[in-house]
Amino acid sequence: MILKPRLEDLKIIGYYLGKIIIGLGLTMLIPIVLGAAFGEINPALDFIIGIGIALISGLTLTRVCFTEKDLNWMQGMIVVSLSWLVAMVLGAIPLYLSGHWKSYLDACFDAMSGFATTGLVLVQNLDHMSYAHNLWRHLIMFIGGQGIVIVALSFFVKGASGAFRMYVGEARDERIMPNVISTARFIWLVSIVYLVLGTLVLGVTGILNGMRPVNAFFHGACIFMAAFDTGGFSPQSQNILYYHSLPYEIITIVIMILGAINFKLHYHIWMGNRKEILKNIETVTLFITILITFCITAVGLAQTGIYPKAILLFRKGFYQLISGHTGTGYQTIYANQFPNEWNHLSMVGVICAMALGGAVCSTTGAIKMLRVGIIIKALKEDIRRIILPERAIVVQKFHHIKTIFLEDRQVRSALLITLCYLVLYGLGSLVGMYYGHSFLNSLFESTSAAANVGLSCGVTSVAMPALLKLTYIFQMWAGRLEFMSVFTLIGFFIAAIKGKK
Amino acid sequence: MKRLKFLFLSLFFALCALHFTFIAPGALAQAISSTELINNAKALDGQTVVYKGEVIGDVMRRGDFAWINVNDGQNAIGIWISTALTKQITFAGSYKSKGDIVEVTGIFHRACPEHGGDLDIHAQQMRLIEVGSPRPERASRIKRNVAIALLAALGLIWILKLLKRK
Repeated sequence: MILKPRLEDLKIIGYYLGKIIIGLGLTMLIPIVLGAAFGEINPALDFIIGIGIALISGLTLTRVCFTEKDLNWMQGMIVVSLSWLVAMVLGAIPLYLSGHWKSYLDACFDAMSGFATTGLVLVQNLDHMSYAHNLWRHLIMFIGGQGIVIVALSFFVKGASGAFRMYVGEARDERIMPNVISTARFIWLVSIVYLVLGTLVLGVTGILNGMRPVNAFFHGACIFMAAFDTGGFSPQSQNILYYHSLPYEIITIVIMILGAINFKLHYHIWMGNRKEILKNIETVTLFITILITFCITAVGLAQTGIYPKAILLFRKGFYQLISGHTGTGYQTIYANQFPNEWNHLSMVGVICAMALGGAVCSTTGAIKMLRVGIIIKALKEDIRRIILPERAIVVQKFHHIKTIFLEDRQVRSALLITLCYLVLYGLGSLVGMYYGHSFLNSLFESTSAAANVGLSCGVTSVAMPALLKLTYIFQMWAGRLEFMSVFTLIGFFIAAIKGKK
Repeated sequence: MKRLKFLFLSLFFALCALHFTFIAPGALAQAISSTELINNAKALDGQTVVYKGEVIGDVMRRGDFAWINVNDGQNAIGIWISTALTKQITFAGSYKSKGDIVEVTGIFHRACPEHGGDLDIHAQQMRLIEVGSPRPERASRIKRNVAIALLAALGLIWILKLLKRK
């Protein structure tokens, strides 16, 4: 029997949602300050309107729904899934007001793409965008990459158990520190240290590339935020191709890989346990899958003959592949070059890389390396069971920070999430094909959206139908949250309609 | 009748000659769009093309040459150009300015062997079509009024909250 949600449930959800909205609203102060510093009057006004709406909604919610109770699992999951939708709606306000998006739905698309660290865009005339709006586009990737709820956890939420429920709801089930709030703060510490270093390195490279210092450091900060959070936005319409620079490409590859690594692994590396990189199931799986998918892509590209020299093939092929595998979506080719110049095999290589993703508890989306590693280990265990005598005891272990015995529970969980992702990739492909796109192009774009990658083969455009835009928004949202909190929200709505008192 | 035939034949040959004079193999006289370049990259690879658009972002000097990015309203394409030619550029497009409109004649590369496989144009000539200009900004009255109203409402909520606490 399904029970109708109580008023108490709604109050608790509303109260915590209000807190997250306040946190999100306050982040708009950063572009306001930047806009004021650069004398961008209208962009600053856009953000004042945005912050005004966010703070009024947040304060009203916390006042109307005031409670001192902590969250239970169901409420925590719903707060998380709703927070991402509310963040999209509020984050899109200053974007839409800038006049760079043709409709509010387009602005919502880019806001969700930013928060979910996807990188697909519908923005118009990006090359004339203000510093304030451009910073906001990249800042929402930075916030979304760490997790919107982590922002609130770090500064606003007191109850540790409720905080842990929201943390899990945001597709982060690993605690680095004993306390989840300390974990959230550690994630921020790692990100900010890398942000300073990354901005400095990219800024200096930009100056050496011939950019003006202000632009070099501004681009450096934006590119770092989008690369480390495996997002893929860029301040210019040509994406990374704008810079025409090998050093820039190499640095972004390093940042993308850093972003695709588990924060727990970062912690161990910081603590001096560097051998963990070589032993960890995720890094080993990542290395192998990069190798395999790159081989597929390279063979495909060699067949096309588009890149006459091996070094050119490597530079273009490897960049798009790493960008896809880490879930970033940075491109050094134009979107239409994928279907026009790359052949099916090379595109399949990139699709596989996108579908697999990076590490758990990182900023990437998709199936993720731990799950892929566990499924392969389980397969090996079953094959050994068949080959070895019946009496033989087969035990499978894997190393993830510590040595863990493989259990059916872990395999079941890994397979279920993998299945959900495969269904999600398929769903977007079907909608794409319904609107007349080829199977491969539809699968490419759908995988890119659901795995929060952002590589595009040209399907994503302002002209695409609203239903396709909504499908990709749903895919980005569900893919980023890894389904559980989305399913809980759907269940909550069903219970509200069909449940009994 | 013979005269008419002669006239038609002359006209035909004259048109053919014109065609080969202005659209010689390997050179496209009319400005081509970025979408055409990207979508027909294989066919246009290595040909001399004319491309027109607005200079955007930075003029990135690299020794005797520089990279500029030229946006024709559809996409921006990278142009590898001698530094001497870039001296004509006064405005590059950004939020604060409308960039110069230039017409570039150069060799198109689908995957440039010199520049890591980038799709680019190596400029031979550049003509300044229109000088850009700064884009003056005036605060939108509607936005300003809405912002003031929202801040006032926010202040009111804040005061009410403080009063309730007391």
